[in-house]
Amino acid sequence: MDLSYSAEYEAFRGEVRAFLDEHWTGEDRARHGGNDQLIGRIARPEARVTEFREQAIAAGYLYRNIPRQWGGGEKPFDPLRSAIIREEFKRARAPREMVGQGPSMLVFTLLEHGTDEQKRRFIKSTLLGETLWCQGYSDPGAGSDLASLRTRAELDGDQWVLNGQKIWTSNAQEADWMFALVRTEPDAPKHDGISYLLLDMKTPGITVRPLRQITGDSDFNEVFFDNVRVPRTGLVGERGKGWIVSRSTLKYERALIGDTDINRRTLDGMVMLARAIDRRGRPAIEDPVLRGRLVEVETRLVAAEFHSMRLLTMQAKGEEPGVAGLVPKLCGTQLTYDMARLAMDICAEGAALAPGEPEAPAMGMFVNAYLWSLGILIAGGTANIQRNIIAERGLGMPRDASQKR
Amino acid sequence: MDFGLTDEQRALAETLRRYLADECPATRVRTAMESENGHDAALWQGLCDLGVLALAVPETLGGMGDELLSLALVSEQIGYAAAPGPFVGAATAVVALANADDADAAASWLPRIASGEALATAAVGESGGRWDADELAAKVDVDNGDGVKQSGQLRGTKSQVPYGSLADLHVVAARDGDDVAVWIVERARPAVVASDLSGNDLTRRLSSVEYRGAEARRIGGRRTFEKMRDAALILLAADAYGGARRCLDMAREYALTREQFGQPIGAFQAVKHQLANLAVEIEPSMSLWWYAAHAFDRIPDQAPRHAALAKAFSSDLFDRAARDSTELHGGIGFTWEFDLHLWLRRSMFDRAFFGDAHYHRARAAALAGW
Repeated sequence: MDLSYSAEYEAFRGEVRAFLDEHWTGEDRARHGGNDQLIGRIARPEARVTEFREQAIAAGYLYRNIPRQWGGGEKPFDPLRSAIIREEFKRARAPREMVGQGPSMLVFTLLEHGTDEQKRRFIKSTLLGETLWCQGYSDPGAGSDLASLRTRAELDGDQWVLNGQKIWTSNAQEADWMFALVRTEPDAPKHDGISYLLLDMKTPGITVRPLRQITGDSDFNEVFFDNVRVPRTGLVGERGKGWIVSRSTLKYERALIGDTDINRRTLDGMVMLARAIDRRGRPAIEDPVLRGRLVEVETRLVAAEFHSMRLLTMQAKGEEPGVAGLVPKLCGTQLTYDMARLAMDICAEGAALAPGEPEAPAMGMFVNAYLWSLGILIAGGTANIQRNIIAERGLGMPRDASQKR
Repeated sequence: MDFGLTDEQRALAETLRRYLADECPATRVRTAMESENGHDAALWQGLCDLGVLALAVPETLGGMGDELLSLALVSEQIGYAAAPGPFVGAATAVVALANADDADAAASWLPRIASGEALATAAVGESGGRWDADELAAKVDVDNGDGVKQSGQLRGTKSQVPYGSLADLHVVAARDGDDVAVWIVERARPAVVASDLSGNDLTRRLSSVEYRGAEARRIGGRRTFEKMRDAALILLAADAYGGARRCLDMAREYALTREQFGQPIGAFQAVKHQLANLAVEIEPSMSLWWYAAHAFDRIPDQAPRHAALAKAFSSDLFDRAARDSTELHGGIGFTWEFDLHLWLRRSMFDRAFFGDAHYHRARAAALAGW
């Protein structure tokens, strides 16, 4: 074990720093700092941010796993260099890669299955945030069992005609385009009757209706299709092969690292809160039960941070991580959930007060964290689905008979 | 940046794993369990011959002068195999001697301990949950203070000393005036009275030892004590991790072979989720004791706190893994003849010995300045 970087990597770190000092000034850092948004709404980046991203892509610091031809930074797979870039960009509060389902999913699907025309038209503008995407996967009746979806598309001349409904569609209000799974072969077995379609959200017949969440905000939506006509060229990959097309993102090598930064910031905030809050005449942090619980969640956070370093090392050495690579998501979401509960306990009677209420501890920000911690247990595959994946792919348990194809 | 093991460390872990798989199957563990003193001398000699204690002995004394992480990897394998014997006490004593101010004591004892010729153990805890340097009541009345080579009469009772009635040398934490110090005492002295205790873990025996003015030689002060304590916590964390992983492996194996309702029980989601929950806790926790062991040698400021975090987490984890695995095995898991309870019992040792999770979390909070 050696936690320092070699001279070659430290030299690379120097290059990244020099680039940032030149291209992302102190004023930029103060005005546009960071892009930590993981959940919630995506936004079109400001012009200055896009300008910087273009420079960073040209320097090979962003989108390293995407060919230059299509607008990426194209560099050999090197998780240590990626880690250094991540560290330095974070430190400089510089914009990193766009978050959202367009850059993280659609782009890789197009690289694998898209036509050159689709790649040319969508990849670069998606990487820069000029084209915003939403994901049309879940139907009202098809969530965890996604392949049973019923939103249908029928070919009529050169156009697909869509009817049905998508749900839990984050960012449908902001998105320019949707990538969707629709049923095109109603008579085929359920996995074989699905196609992957791209559709312009301005097409007539699309209605977006925001859903109000338990937080009171509206970040996701229902999307209704009423005879929506989409050009035939919106099909990605072969007709009826949409299920396989949608899985292709898994092939692209990316850092396995679950982002532990948000949990680290929450923990630091909780310690500050526990020092500041009064509990029967003494700071809450002096309460032995709360201290023990704080250390307990901190230990899990520290384990997750070191585990990320271990996975990074394994990737750098080309080792197969096995079950170790499958656990970070569930670990992280479960920890977020438990930390949020502890934060509420630290707030004591203040936990009854709503976000924004001036009397609430930390203006109620921990209430929002508490509610959101449930959202992230569900988003992108519920915790129970994660457990299935860990047990089946990681521990080799047989698939349940009802899931077999 | 390499958060991983060296090739030598991988080879060491693999050698140990094979050796214990071949030489120490559950039948042999049970023979030692049922014996009078719980000690399999031939197995212990085999481990010493492999050099498990020599890892922590400085090269100048014929050892390997290796990192604590290597010793912890041995502890992990011992935990995985439920290998019986005095490893944890002996290894802790070796680390104390290797970090002693008294070079003569180290030179005269370490080679003999590492070779298996002499058995050493560590005596720290006192009744009432006192493992902390500043809470220990045992003390030495120094009779010839001449710098490092002080000696005197040790008085006090250590409540849990691994193989205290068998070990030739006791490395004892006791007060020296206002501060803590580490002392060595030869058990053969008449003033050392060891009484065997009936413990839950039949693979690791404990004695209560009363020192009635036993001749004690001072080998180091607070620094040596802290090294000894942190090493013990890290070794226990590694042992508990190894044990937890074994409990998961056994549960996994059983879930794949046991059939009910016409299919392996591992096809049922309730069983899958129980296994997945264990994997989610076990996998990342290895990094905790890896890092603590690394800090022990390379980032000493961080070692006390990370050793405490690792010990607290691993011992809780082992407890949960052993209980969940037992539950998952159904009736067979509750029988004496099925081996799982060997690990369940070891988890009871690891959680209690050298301070429980609650105690170490309280220490960690204080060490963070909370």
